[in-house]
Amino acid sequence: MVKKIFAKVFIYFMLLLMYAPIILLIIFSFVDFDYIDFRQLFNGDVINLNLYKELFTGEDGEVVVQAFKNTLLIAIVSAIVSTILGTFAAIGMFYSKKRMRKLYELGGQIPILNPEIITALSLTILFVFVGIQFNFFTLLIGHVVLTIPFVVLSILPKLKQMDNNIYEAALDLGAKPSKALRSIIIPQILPGILSGFILAVTLSLDDYIITAFTRNNSFVTLSTYVYGVTSKRGAIPPTLRALTAIIVVVTLIVLLVINFTSGKKDNKRGKRI
Amino acid sequence: MTKKNKIIELKNICKEFDGTLAVDNFNLYVRKGEFVTFLGPSGCGKTTTLRLIAGFEMPTSGVILLNGEDISKLPPYERPVNTVFQRYALFTHMDVYDNIAFGLKLKKIKETYVDKKGVEKERYRKYTNEEIDEKVKKALKIVDLEEFEWRDVSTLSGGQQQRIAIARAIVNEPQILLLDEPLGALDLKMRKEMQEELKAMHKKLGITFIYVTHDQEEALAMSDTIVVMKDGVIQQIGTPEDIYNEPANAFVADFIGESNIYSATMVGDKLVRFLNHNFVCVDEFENNKKVDVVIRPEDIVLGDAGCGMVDGKLVSKTFKGVHYEYIMMVGRNEVVIQTTDNFEINRVASISIDPFNIHIMEKEFTVNRYVDAWIDKNNNVVISEEPFECDITQLIPGSHIDDEGYLVDSLGVRYDLTDADVIAEIDLKDIEVIDNSEDGTIAGEIVSIIYKGDHYQIIVRTEEDEDFVIDTEYTWNEFDKVSIKVDPKKIKLTLKAEVKEYVKD
Repeated sequence: MVKKIFAKVFIYFMLLLMYAPIILLIIFSFVDFDYIDFRQLFNGDVINLNLYKELFTGEDGEVVVQAFKNTLLIAIVSAIVSTILGTFAAIGMFYSKKRMRKLYELGGQIPILNPEIITALSLTILFVFVGIQFNFFTLLIGHVVLTIPFVVLSILPKLKQMDNNIYEAALDLGAKPSKALRSIIIPQILPGILSGFILAVTLSLDDYIITAFTRNNSFVTLSTYVYGVTSKRGAIPPTLRALTAIIVVVTLIVLLVINFTSGKKDNKRGKRI
Repeated sequence: MTKKNKIIELKNICKEFDGTLAVDNFNLYVRKGEFVTFLGPSGCGKTTTLRLIAGFEMPTSGVILLNGEDISKLPPYERPVNTVFQRYALFTHMDVYDNIAFGLKLKKIKETYVDKKGVEKERYRKYTNEEIDEKVKKALKIVDLEEFEWRDVSTLSGGQQQRIAIARAIVNEPQILLLDEPLGALDLKMRKEMQEELKAMHKKLGITFIYVTHDQEEALAMSDTIVVMKDGVIQQIGTPEDIYNEPANAFVADFIGESNIYSATMVGDKLVRFLNHNFVCVDEFENNKKVDVVIRPEDIVLGDAGCGMVDGKLVSKTFKGVHYEYIMMVGRNEVVIQTTDNFEINRVASISIDPFNIHIMEKEFTVNRYVDAWIDKNNNVVISEEPFECDITQLIPGSHIDDEGYLVDSLGVRYDLTDADVIAEIDLKDIEVIDNSEDGTIAGEIVSIIYKGDHYQIIVRTEEDEDFVIDTEYTWNEFDKVSIKVDPKKIKLTLKAEVKEYVKD
């Protein structure tokens, strides 16, 4: 019994440690004082949406709106590209010979362990070497390189779970390889493709390092904007509290969507005998 | 059999995977409407052969003829055969109807029509939705799952999924239905039920069935013809009765049903000696020939002491429902007997065997023969990459080895036998099996065990794929990792070339 209580207390303590800063941030995003002081909260009616208003209408308002748009644009475009490429890469890896497959899988995983700064630097050197101007295209390549291993990693287990003979069954029933791929393999691994896509979106959304190295300087995303204002002015502008609160909520929604889709899938398998 | 009757014919089929032969020179034809079973232990090549017919694998050499036409190079989607897989391989993202209709929706059928000018022409069209509907319903009726069309595949039980898999295959009206251990995943009762149903289905549909299983009872119960396989080689082709009553060799006898197998010697015209007794038999072999004898436990008549041909002591008795199973010791040999008669154990009793029930087979292995052995520069004989200190003076009568390592015969002629190719023969009894892979000379794995009354005949396969056949008194298990030890002095050697080719100077 004591053990159980201890275990619970420990878990809640850990969660509190992890989430206290975020909760604090969200609370203070509704308080428009320049500096943060808990006593302010008890000074009557201080809760308001002023910071949110100022974020979009203040002197940086236009930049922030543009940054939101840019961030979403690059996240979605790069996620679509890396999901398509990653899906075919995973299928190709899965159906290659056993020894090659191990090699490919290892090759696909190294970029995940590799520090991001190395990927960013090497990409920059590559672009300079080839002589490409930094533009949306270079940024797109950067984000695709960043997210593709994760897409592959979320699809491969789905392929491994699949009945070995399912592709052969489709061929056996008269489907050409392309038809078998479209109507059997892709639908079978769709949950993996979807979670790979969502993972790619979230990774791209909050990426700073690769974005900073591969973007054209006029292309502002949320992460580069936040880094820019904090490094320029010394004190953290209060509007950032509203901005980060929005990002947290968006991330939370995405996370719930992921859990919801994978939870449904598990239920389905649970019913199987 | 007329040529018209053959629906499929496999000629000299070999299939190699990374240098190992999975199917070795497979020759078989199947008649239209036949129920053929490939039977054998796991890894015997039966599934590979089925996959070659389905088109999932291409043969390394040989041809597959379907109705006389070579289909060996056709991809699976162009072959008029369908497969039922061991783990069903149903499309879990579709409902039952879509699973069954999958093949129909892709199929193009030939039809003749009359065009505007009144000329009869041929064209291809797809099935209409109504036709597909009708066919799916019919297929579901055949597998006894009417009204299941809209069920999600994942909500069905194992047996029901298996039926859907069968329906999905037969709805395409294949010329041959291939079944890869389709009942392997079902429990015993369900399996027996499905066996009966498959048999009935085969009769009703008239489709040729090729069935793969490792379950000998299933094979005996269902098939018109059984093909027994081992190590990619066909051991015997025959009706269930043939295979059971007249096994071609000790492996088939041991694999199909229970059997007593003994090493025996022909001692006269239709007279064979084993269990220290001369038995009258019906098979003719030359005198003094060493043979293997098979007697089914149910064919041995048990009687009171002195009343039969051989006396022995009953040492064990097991009640098996329909009959008792006794073990009798005759000298050092065990005899397994099945009878409904009740005898007391630990007493002497006798057995007699009808001559027709003594089945005599050629011995498969009389000696281990290695045709690609050679002599290295230290005068050792290399067998399976391992040097043995054999007595090489036996190659030249009356010779000895001089200080420089050359062989000198009685006349003083010197021979240099380095790199000479020799044939090495080792008697089955002269090889010792050791429990771990380090202590012996060559490490390997036990791939086969056959009990022969008073000893086991085991086959140890080395990493170089060399087989050593060994007679041993000790019990081993299949797949045991062992090593073997040979007394080099007992290895018999023969030179492949003439002795004079090795004369030094």
